[in-house]
Amino acid sequence: MMIAIELNGSAHQIADGQTVGNLVSSMQLNGKAVAVAVNRDVVPGSQWQYRQLHAGERVDIVWPIGGG
Amino acid sequence: MSSFEESQLTIAGKAYKSRLLVGSGKYKDLNETREASLASGAEIVTVAIRRVNIGQDPNAPSLLDVLPPSEFTLLPNSAGCYNAADAIYTLQLGREILGGHKLCKLEVLGDEKTLFPNMPETLKAAETLVKDGFDVMVYCSDDPIQARMLEDIGCAAIMPLASLIGSGMGILNPWNLSLIIEQSKVPVIVDAGVGTASDAAIAMELGCDGVLMNTAIAGAKDPVRMAHAMKLGIDAGRNAFLAGRIPRKFAASPSSPMAGRVV
Repeated sequence: MMIAIELNGSAHQIADGQTVGNLVSSMQLNGKAVAVAVNRDVVPGSQWQYRQLHAGERVDIVWPIGGG
Repeated sequence: MSSFEESQLTIAGKAYKSRLLVGSGKYKDLNETREASLASGAEIVTVAIRRVNIGQDPNAPSLLDVLPPSEFTLLPNSAGCYNAADAIYTLQLGREILGGHKLCKLEVLGDEKTLFPNMPETLKAAETLVKDGFDVMVYCSDDPIQARMLEDIGCAAIMPLASLIGSGMGILNPWNLSLIIEQSKVPVIVDAGVGTASDAAIAMELGCDGVLMNTAIAGAKDPVRMAHAMKLGIDAGRNAFLAGRIPRKFAASPSSPMAGRVV
């Protein structure tokens, strides 16, 4: 079953029961310097595999880019 | 470089040889970002925190490939935030990306056109971030009272603008900067508005502890050369400050003695 979340500001469908870790893997971001927050709460990397995502949650996956 | 003794720039208990801090934005590509950063001699480089593009090629080179944390102290900024909550959130994400690294650059903007800081929101964010264990380097106005309040909150460095971000207008109010430098026990680092090497030198001659710049280098016709010029300008200004300049006086004073002239 698919559920709807918001990922980086856009609607996104994921399989029910997916974790943050699954989501990061699906975006091929494993090993990259990224941070994840769900509903504006940072989820530490050590918790990614445990933190399940639920319908309606807002996920931000960010990385560093050039800036002043 | 110089054979003169020089103290290092200490921020939040860590010493740095370079008093030039640089941003990593506005370059034409990652290669130029790296070349200019290296030419500047900067040890601290700011980075912005932004959402990953969904569908982006994950194997494309990224900023940390050219500015690795092993070579540089990366300083996450809260650029583009217009309230304390967004700035705090952005910097929490930045801290997480860098594995708990506490040093951050706080900026809370008040106006899209001028990019002037919103000082009430900046103070609010600074207080929360300091309590949360961050070492906060804070972009602020050149109001000495605001600067003192930020220092009292516990900010690690005060970073007043010299003029508008990206404007290249240089040091518009050396008097306010001097007041801030005089009163501050934490480093004062000019952040914003520098346009060319002489601006950086002027800031250092006033007694600033360092200068942070981005557009002045990245926007120059030859960014790598400008980065080199800035490094020299910072060094020149710092040495001039430590050397103790002659006062300005509206009177001539001959450099050659009058005695023994043939006239």
